[in-house]
Amino acid sequence: MTLEEGASMESSLRARYDRTFSGIVDAILKMGSMIEEAVQNAINSLQNRDTALAQEVVERDAEVNALRFEIEEACLALIATQQPAAGDLRAVIAAMNIVVDLERMGDHASGIAKTVIRMGDQPLLKPLIDIPRMAKLAVEMLRGSLKAFVDVDPEAAQAIAPRDEEMDFLYRAIFEELVEIMARNPQGVERATYLLWTAHNLERIGDRVTNIAERVVFMSTGDVEELNV
Amino acid sequence: MNEDNHTPKIKVLDLDFYYGKVKALSAISMEMHEHEITALIGPSGCGKSTFLRCLNRMNDTIPGTKLDGQILIDDMDIYTTGLDPVDLRQKVGMVFQKPNPFPQSVYDNVAFGPRIMGLVRGHVDEEMRVEASLKQAALWDDVKDHLQDNALGLSLGEQQRLCIARALAVEPEIILMDEPTSALDPIATLEIENLMTRLKDDYTIVVVTHNMQQAARVSDMTGLFWLGELVEFNKTKQIFTRPEEERTEAYVTGRIG
Ligand SMILES: Nc1ncnc2c1ncn2[C@@H]1O[C@H](COP(=O)(O)OP(=O)(O)OP(=O)(O)O)[C@@H](O)[C@H]1O
Ligand SMILES: [Mg+2]
Repeated sequence: MTLEEGASMESSLRARYDRTFSGIVDAILKMGSMIEEAVQNAINSLQNRDTALAQEVVERDAEVNALRFEIEEACLALIATQQPAAGDLRAVIAAMNIVVDLERMGDHASGIAKTVIRMGDQPLLKPLIDIPRMAKLAVEMLRGSLKAFVDVDPEAAQAIAPRDEEMDFLYRAIFEELVEIMARNPQGVERATYLLWTAHNLERIGDRVTNIAERVVFMSTGDVEELNV
Repeated sequence: MNEDNHTPKIKVLDLDFYYGKVKALSAISMEMHEHEITALIGPSGCGKSTFLRCLNRMNDTIPGTKLDGQILIDDMDIYTTGLDPVDLRQKVGMVFQKPNPFPQSVYDNVAFGPRIMGLVRGHVDEEMRVEASLKQAALWDDVKDHLQDNALGLSLGEQQRLCIARALAVEPEIILMDEPTSALDPIATLEIENLMTRLKDDYTIVVVTHNMQQAARVSDMTGLFWLGELVEFNKTKQIFTRPEEERTEAYVTGRIG
């Protein structure tokens, strides 16, 4: 069933609206799990030096992009034809913002995968410790933010911000470590840069999740507040 | 559901309509499907009501009118096949802008049509028809204890639902509605809109409305009339998100009309 078809099955207008919007929510969750998979696969491809897997991550990003446009289209039609107001309107607007952040997260995952492809068969500069941690944290934060969205739970959304601080902390630690390695070992600069890019992409994913959390607060309460400033 | 979405319930082919020498409709071609609500929008005097009345031959009673082109319902030309206009109007019911119940009891208002059309098989059958029609029109719960009260005592919204029940009582297949909510408050309007979305499961509905949001909310297809022409006829979603014609864009955004 497409997002559109769900709309015509219910009798009352309200039921039809709810049904259409829950179709949009389902599609956002699907997009979220595609991103999760992309992040995990990107990191796996880095750990296992699996360029075929990295290539797959890059290719599948197109599906994420397509789903973004499909969801935006459905939101647009819902606004134009059903004139949602108040909380309904905030939820649709939140949905439209969230898919943009999700789509960008897909770009970051794909960015990591491209780094893996560029590395070819050069050995890793150092064993990966904090990068997989960052990836795990990113996935947990993403899940948490989307759960807060589905549950319309501003408190759960607010709890995301401290986790992004953990993310920033890990990023800084990796950054400093890599800078130090580069200073000591100029031959390792190129390989250090690959890891730096990877960590940077993960850190950006954390920021995107924080945006989603802000959107959930706005949708639930009508307040626009910046989390994690 | 019907086996095909391809055979239209109503098919209009190159329709022209004249009041005397004045051409009120020009080259209208469109198709309307079962289980769909088609909304007709457009500025005042552009021919929406005229078009709607062509669909059940109500214009026949106006002297000096002339119609060219074809209107097919279930693939039958309603103007040339020797169809009795009375039979046609049973098949194609109409609901008007102002609720117009007869000054009789609620019950008699609904029983009227089936009685004069000779559809009633005894007293029990009549009662069942009345109840079923009132239920379909989402009015039963409000009037079941007042069936013998005068219909003019109902609220305007209830009167309009009564008129819908009256139209449904003769078992039509198509329901034409000419600005059915323009005399109603927002709550009564919403009730009629909910009713329309429910009725489309069983009927083909064509509704004229000046309320753009109403067209957007309830209809599947929307046609924009303009000076007797059909400017654009498209999926409602498309009309309200990405119309093809500049005039449609201007009209739905309220920049002209
Ligand atoms: N009985 C009639 N005799 C002569 N001209 C008529 C008659 N009814 C309508 N017209 C003319 O036909 C044109 C179309 O009128 P119609 O009532 O179909 O428009 P409409 O789109 O329904 O307008 P509104 O939105 O105001 O109801 C108008 O110019 C009108 O003056
Ligand atoms: Mg009119």
